[in-house]
Amino acid sequence: MRNVSAKQTQKLAMAGIWGGGVITLLLLIVIIGYVLIQGLPGINWEFLSTNPKGGLSGEGGILSTVVSTLYLIGITLVLLVPIGIGSAVYLSEYAPNNRLTRIIRYGIETLAGIPSIIFGLFGYALFVTVLSFNFSILSGALTLVCLLLPTMITTTEEALKAVSYSYREAALALGTTKWQMISRIVLPSAIPGIVTAVILCIGRAIGETACLYVTMGGSAAMPSSLLEGGRTLSLHVFYLAMETNAMDKAMATAAVLIIIIILINALTNLLAGRFQKRLKGIS
Amino acid sequence: MTEYNFNGQNCRGDKIKAKNLNFYYGSFQALRDINLDIPGCAITAIIGPSGCGKSSFLRLLNRMNDLIYGSRIEGTIELDGKNIFDRDVDVVELRKNVGMVFQKPNPFPISIFDNIAFGPKQHGKKSKIELEEIVESSLKKAALWDEVKDKLGQSALALSGGQQQRLCIARVLSVEPEVILMDEPCSALDPMATLKIEDLMRTLAKNYTIIIVTHNMQQAARVSDTTAFFMMEPDRAGSLVEYGSTSEIFTNPKDKRTEDYITGRFG
Amino acid sequence: MTRYFTDKLAKYIVFISGFTAVVILLLIALFILREGLPAFSEIGVFDFIFGNVWRPGIDQYGILSMIVGSIAVTVVSMIMAVPLGIACAILLAEVAPSKVRSILRPAVELLVGIPSVVYGLVGLVLLVPIVSNIGGSGFSILTASIVLMVMVLPTIISISEDSIRAIPASYREGALALGATKWQTIKGVILPAAKSGIGAGVVLGMGRAIGETMAMIMVIGNSIAFPNSLLDAARTLTGNIALEINYATGTHESALFATGVVLFVFILLLNSAATVFLKRGSNAQRLG
Repeated sequence: MRNVSAKQTQKLAMAGIWGGGVITLLLLIVIIGYVLIQGLPGINWEFLSTNPKGGLSGEGGILSTVVSTLYLIGITLVLLVPIGIGSAVYLSEYAPNNRLTRIIRYGIETLAGIPSIIFGLFGYALFVTVLSFNFSILSGALTLVCLLLPTMITTTEEALKAVSYSYREAALALGTTKWQMISRIVLPSAIPGIVTAVILCIGRAIGETACLYVTMGGSAAMPSSLLEGGRTLSLHVFYLAMETNAMDKAMATAAVLIIIIILINALTNLLAGRFQKRLKGIS
Repeated sequence: MTEYNFNGQNCRGDKIKAKNLNFYYGSFQALRDINLDIPGCAITAIIGPSGCGKSSFLRLLNRMNDLIYGSRIEGTIELDGKNIFDRDVDVVELRKNVGMVFQKPNPFPISIFDNIAFGPKQHGKKSKIELEEIVESSLKKAALWDEVKDKLGQSALALSGGQQQRLCIARVLSVEPEVILMDEPCSALDPMATLKIEDLMRTLAKNYTIIIVTHNMQQAARVSDTTAFFMMEPDRAGSLVEYGSTSEIFTNPKDKRTEDYITGRFG
Repeated sequence: MTRYFTDKLAKYIVFISGFTAVVILLLIALFILREGLPAFSEIGVFDFIFGNVWRPGIDQYGILSMIVGSIAVTVVSMIMAVPLGIACAILLAEVAPSKVRSILRPAVELLVGIPSVVYGLVGLVLLVPIVSNIGGSGFSILTASIVLMVMVLPTIISISEDSIRAIPASYREGALALGATKWQTIKGVILPAAKSGIGAGVVLGMGRAIGETMAMIMVIGNSIAFPNSLLDAARTLTGNIALEINYATGTHESALFATGVVLFVFILLLNSAATVFLKRGSNAQRLG
């Protein structure tokens, strides 16, 4: 009798467990499916090549938002990548096992947990107001650098740690300086991992809204300088949904976003696979 | 910091002398009172059971142990009469002069040519012709040239284990050291590859001072001119039990512990 | 020789960049405190946090209704997300064959990458009408909780899955060898052993939930009235900041920064709790 009820409990439990997986999968399918079904029809050449009219109308396309997004990501990466790699190199290759290093790591962890809107407040206070960059792509980019730094550092450090210690030993034993060993052997070997880190950050940057909402202004016009305001693709979805009735345009923009994210995900997985293979080429 | 110039007299007298050497990892003593004179242009083998500090000693000779946090030494190690732990010694130059081949072959994940050219490049050699000459001569000295001369652009990781180890030897040779340290270089290789490397060692010993750590006694007996037997004491510090010509050590050991180890009673 | 110079220079540059994150953290704390302090001193900390009227027009700055809004959304979404997330994690770590895993895991990764505004948009277009059939306008705590649940789900799934995977095989083998069924093993051995890791995942999920802004603005209604039921519209602390900061001045602006301080402190506490959970977990495994 005992065995029967244990088996029944098991069946029930397994049903619940599989149910969990099915529901999760369904959620993904519904969300992505709905957006693509509603949005794809709205994507055409005109949509991609004209600017949104802005304001309440919701007419137009997404061109200026794409350009703003590209500018934003460009400036962000220019600062994020060197600082992120520098910090990661410090943690992985130089930092001794002492309290100072623990403080640095604590700082990075804490920064990683802070919500985007707080970064937005910070960016608004420092970049928009104190440094007088005003609502601009520049303010948004600087804010984004702060937001993304922990991700860049952590992922890059993983990439560096994955490089076999034996390479470092071999290089130093040949009479190289530490920096020669790092720059000529370790960093080149870690490049696929670093590229993954960069792509990861780009993906997050594209999806970011809160901190950019309060630092970039919301101008729908084509930006002609970094000190002008703008809106990213994600922000455009928000403005369309909240200020206009153009749900079809919002869906279309969202569909573009989803396609970009899917591509980025696929690219990251591809690179991660290549990275593993390269390091496993040795034993 | 003055640059220390090694005197390039490789084959005269004793190349390396360890004097009253004690080595610690933090508070743990790994080596006790080592006194050892290593002759130039010869092969010296260091044997002993696991954990007796042979590898630690070897790594002191090119100061690779500097990389370990909390390591410190007492006593001196002299290379050509100059203590390598003196403040004015340039560690980077020391490591160029005292090369090391590791237990597991560790070629860089780049081409064969780039592996060998790496060392000279870091030391300032730039011209393509010079580098090509160096690569060719190093590979010839390491008895690998014929096997790879047509595929220098291929990844070094595609070579077999034995070839990779000879590549690592060629890589060390490319920076023109006077001493070559080998830390159990054949333990990851098959017998055929091992014999090739042992032949190579004997050829190289005509011009280089070679020190090899091995747990394979037959190898030590085959290959070396002098042998040092290390052992771990009860407090886990390693010490030098006996040192002499290889034939003496293996046929007529003076210390009973040496005799026990060689005849296989432990280890 | 120049390579020695480069070596030294690199050492200093790298050392400085190591501190960047800490410097930024300190700057954030500094600025938010500096901007928020006037509000705390003028309004009084108690009145600020427990006042339930937020009407900048008449100089009323009490954030209680928004605290309730944030907490309500967080709690309700976690109630839904945690069982679902743990079930899915168990599926991925213990039960699913590799073919299923190869579909489900990328799916979870994809869920992580979807921008929050897309979740908000789908919530707005699909969910709001559905909820309005139950009652109210459809813009409500319930709607926001459901949207938040989906957003927090991947965090709980991945951290829980990692904790379950980290359980050594010997635990499983021991239980199965005693004749336990798979479910009994999971329930009696694996889940308790993974408790700390799962706890950390839940706490981190809560942190994400409290911090979510834009998606909440899109579906929660943004009403400053005190919410009385799940079907009422409400406003979150984060949403409040985002909606008003760009045109607020004086005490109003300071009050928004003060809200940021409250959030910041709360997140710090949550993260510390998560770290404690994780440490406890690894200690238990070392002893066990």
